Amino acid sequence: MFEEIGTTTDGDLIINVGPQHPATHGVLHLVITLNGETIRKVEPHLGYIHRSIEKMCESLTYRQFIYVTSRMDYLSSHINNHACAMCVEKGLQIEVPERAKVIRILLDELTRIASHELWWGAMAMDLGAFTPFFHAFRERESINDIMEETCGARLTMNFIVPGGLMADIHPNFQKRVKDFIRLYKSKFEEYNEMVTGNVIFRNRMEGVGYLSKADAISFGCTGPTARGSGVSCDVRKWFPYEGYEKIAFDEVIETGGDSLSRYMVRVREMNQSIRIIEQLIDAIPEGEYQAKTKAVLKLPKGEFYSRVETARGEFGVYIVSEGGTTPYRIKFRSPGFSNLSALDQMARGSKLGDLVAMMGTLDLVIPDIDR
Amino acid sequence: MTDEWLQETLLNSFPDLVFEPGTEWLQVTVQSQQWLPLANTLRYKADMDFDFLFCVTCIDWKTHLAMVYHLRCTTTQLHLVVKATLNPLNPEIDSVTSIWKTADFHEREVYEMFGVNFKGHPDLRLLILPDGWEGRNPLRKDFEDPINMIRL
Repeated sequence: MFEEIGTTTDGDLIINVGPQHPATHGVLHLVITLNGETIRKVEPHLGYIHRSIEKMCESLTYRQFIYVTSRMDYLSSHINNHACAMCVEKGLQIEVPERAKVIRILLDELTRIASHELWWGAMAMDLGAFTPFFHAFRERESINDIMEETCGARLTMNFIVPGGLMADIHPNFQKRVKDFIRLYKSKFEEYNEMVTGNVIFRNRMEGVGYLSKADAISFGCTGPTARGSGVSCDVRKWFPYEGYEKIAFDEVIETGGDSLSRYMVRVREMNQSIRIIEQLIDAIPEGEYQAKTKAVLKLPKGEFYSRVETARGEFGVYIVSEGGTTPYRIKFRSPGFSNLSALDQMARGSKLGDLVAMMGTLDLVIPDIDR
Repeated sequence: MTDEWLQETLLNSFPDLVFEPGTEWLQVTVQSQQWLPLANTLRYKADMDFDFLFCVTCIDWKTHLAMVYHLRCTTTQLHLVVKATLNPLNPEIDSVTSIWKTADFHEREVYEMFGVNFKGHPDLRLLILPDGWEGRNPLRKDFEDPINMIRL
């Protein structure tokens, strides 16, 4: 990789950002061709945290492989587990109890808020504002505490399993979630005051990293990245799962296509998640938290695909089964992988200093990209 | 716009297509030589407009490799799964990078993991695996790494 430092025959400078760079939020390596300050080309080099999870899953049973999936997009581990559990349930035609479904949605939305909070803090820090980072982590911490009490983990949850949930929620769950909603609402205005309305921040975001609607679709972008370009692609709306169709919430779409639009989508999405939680927190039905399943799961021969909306976009699980206890082939369609491929298109022609803002609004989680 | 309509329309232009019944989404197997014309039809023919290629992968069935393309139309939300069978000794298929830009990264991943050669890909290089890895394909079933084999 080091021979890539130097100049091209056209006299363009080649520089490396990463793999150890604070703005890449993980081990992402970008080889950038520069003409003066202007970016000619951005070429991501991946694989620094590639663990071959797909290959590992081929020798893990349908109960075991859930644990590895938490390690992909570690900021939305509940949602990853959810997609995998749903795929196995689809193959076995397990009907998940209502209680488990509602709790799954609650956990998903809490995860989404936690992930967006972390992104919001880290994004502001990338642009040089350090204070928002502490504010975001303070609120995220209370979500982590709720998760810790119920799931016993703070990051890699493994709580959503085929058939329902690993355990029932903690007796304090509802009370603490309501406390969190109160806390969030009292702080949200502060966020907007501190960052969204800030002149310096807006100047660095507006018109930076433009991605057209057609390009967003062609690059396979999903989630807030695509919705910032005006693509309606929320899996929860288009292909509802676990009863999202019964809940009132809006799909957040901005049409600007620039970094500020992607930023606004995520900020507004947090409010929609709060809205979903408010509707469900007092309406958790009584009953079982897990369907009765066999100790050893055997998927019938065939192919199963299920998808969910993670904090970063559409996450798909494609299981090819030969009828055994382990998958024959498994493919994870991770949202970050496709979103990252659009970075080159976004960055061409802009200044090197703006690259950090673009990467920030893509909300990259490297283990999710490398898998 | 239904699956039946799609099946009929495609069979009119491509009589060799084999449709698989009883799956969640309409599933079709195409001859690898016909993949590029079919992809062009799916993307650009009026009413079809499959503009969103959301998953590209490959399956090693030991006797053959199977490419799997998951397609969706973002206006009608119609789905189509296209499969192509490849020879495992010399797997080759046309690249669709010019039609869907997302195919660039996805095809590079399949190239290094399965050794599939994508004809017409502008920049077919290793993406995830380290430099100098060429030749061994980790997601093939016969892959053996003497040093660091993942066994669970």
